[in-house]
Amino acid sequence: MSDTANPYAAQAHARAQAGTRAQAMPTVPATDAVDLPQGVAPADVVWDETLAPGGYASRQIARGTRLRLTDLAGDASPSLLLFNAERPVERLNIADTLKVQWNGYLGQGRLLLSDMGRVLASLVEDTAGTHDAFCGASNQASNARKYGDGFNHGAHPNARDRFSLGVAKFGLGRKDIHPCLNLFKEVRVAQGGETVIDVGPYPPGRFVTLRAEMDLIVVLANCPHVLDPRAEYAVTPLRATAWRGPVTPEADPIRNATPEGLRAFLNVEDYYRR
Amino acid sequence: MTVSAPPLGTVVHDEVVPARAPWMHTVRAGQTLRIVDLEGNQAVDFLAYSAADDAERYSAQDTIAAQGNVFLREGSVLLSNEGAPMMTVTATAVAYHDTIGGACSCESNTLRYGHHTKAQHACVENFLVANAQQGRGKRDMVSNVNWFMNVPVEADGALGIVDGISAPGLYVDLRAEMDVVVVVSNCPQINNPCNGFNPTPVRMIVAE
Repeated sequence: MSDTANPYAAQAHARAQAGTRAQAMPTVPATDAVDLPQGVAPADVVWDETLAPGGYASRQIARGTRLRLTDLAGDASPSLLLFNAERPVERLNIADTLKVQWNGYLGQGRLLLSDMGRVLASLVEDTAGTHDAFCGASNQASNARKYGDGFNHGAHPNARDRFSLGVAKFGLGRKDIHPCLNLFKEVRVAQGGETVIDVGPYPPGRFVTLRAEMDLIVVLANCPHVLDPRAEYAVTPLRATAWRGPVTPEADPIRNATPEGLRAFLNVEDYYRR
Repeated sequence: MTVSAPPLGTVVHDEVVPARAPWMHTVRAGQTLRIVDLEGNQAVDFLAYSAADDAERYSAQDTIAAQGNVFLREGSVLLSNEGAPMMTVTATAVAYHDTIGGACSCESNTLRYGHHTKAQHACVENFLVANAQQGRGKRDMVSNVNWFMNVPVEADGALGIVDGISAPGLYVDLRAEMDVVVVVSNCPQINNPCNGFNPTPVRMIVAE
């Protein structure tokens, strides 16, 4: 008789799998997370999860939460969507994010702005400084050209279809997949407008820490950058760790860094005046 | 009226869009849409949706990634969010056009200029009004094209809307590669040089 020939045996077989460790998995409860950033108490951790190469995750985090994304092995390539969790029709607006801050390169101290004139998140720490707000997500067609296929059920998932699954978990659909931000892979613009990419690989352990300035839905897709020149599906795991933190105070230096940014914070504070 | 523009075929639609107004029109595969900047330096904010499935729509990021350049020029192919060709820039009398600056909105105007501009008409309002006629809404707003608008990017990443490089009568021709619903805001912005601080009409000609 096999191990799974009747419900009793199948139950025992299923239960025997508990406790297995995989490279890509959430820490549950999150307070069991280890290797936390200095000064973070385990009791304050609200989310800890490692995304596989090609993996995705979507999660709601509260205003004030810090979210650290760590490139564990030097070749993580997360694409990021952000929504106002309370009213997801408000979402990250890449064009406004760049235009309002008069700059196309995001890094420490920069803001991620919504389409409603508010700041969704601040980049409070960034040890990478190599990001891309121009080139967006890979899709089925682009991955099929490079890797033979791009299916969610295959070996080479594309970022757009990963986003489709991530947003679906919150009742959102294809129309909600907005222009995204690519972290850790650098795209610069040359004088003729040419996009110049640097995919690394980089030293392991680089990270960015986002501070949620509103209640957010965060969607991550850890797929090779759409312009990654390598023939192989090159991407390594990403760790997402989030912990509770205070709402940004009036004296915060990032809040007050620019007149445009300050007005984005004032609009957030006005939104939560209820 | 147009400056040494290539000849168009049979004109099937010809309309002047007033200053500050929205415009929506279905352009069939194979037809060409010519947009004429009648008085010069008038930003034409532009979105396109697949007529067959409007969840497939113009994607600035896919277009930039595929052509390896942030500017739209003659030969640029406007790609959808699924990577499909939607329209091709077959001719233009302006060297390059913008697709990173996005549309002005009442809300972003409060950041860029101050809360005194919140009540001013803006491109997102035009896009919402036009799209609402076909059941689309705010979640259908994505990064758009700005024909005739000039957004240079400096070596340190500095970017911004600066004085235009268009002139009266200059044009851009777009050949539809699929049936597309084109939605336009003839930009009403008066706080930056995208319209020379003076919004003016543009002309839309569809030929086949």
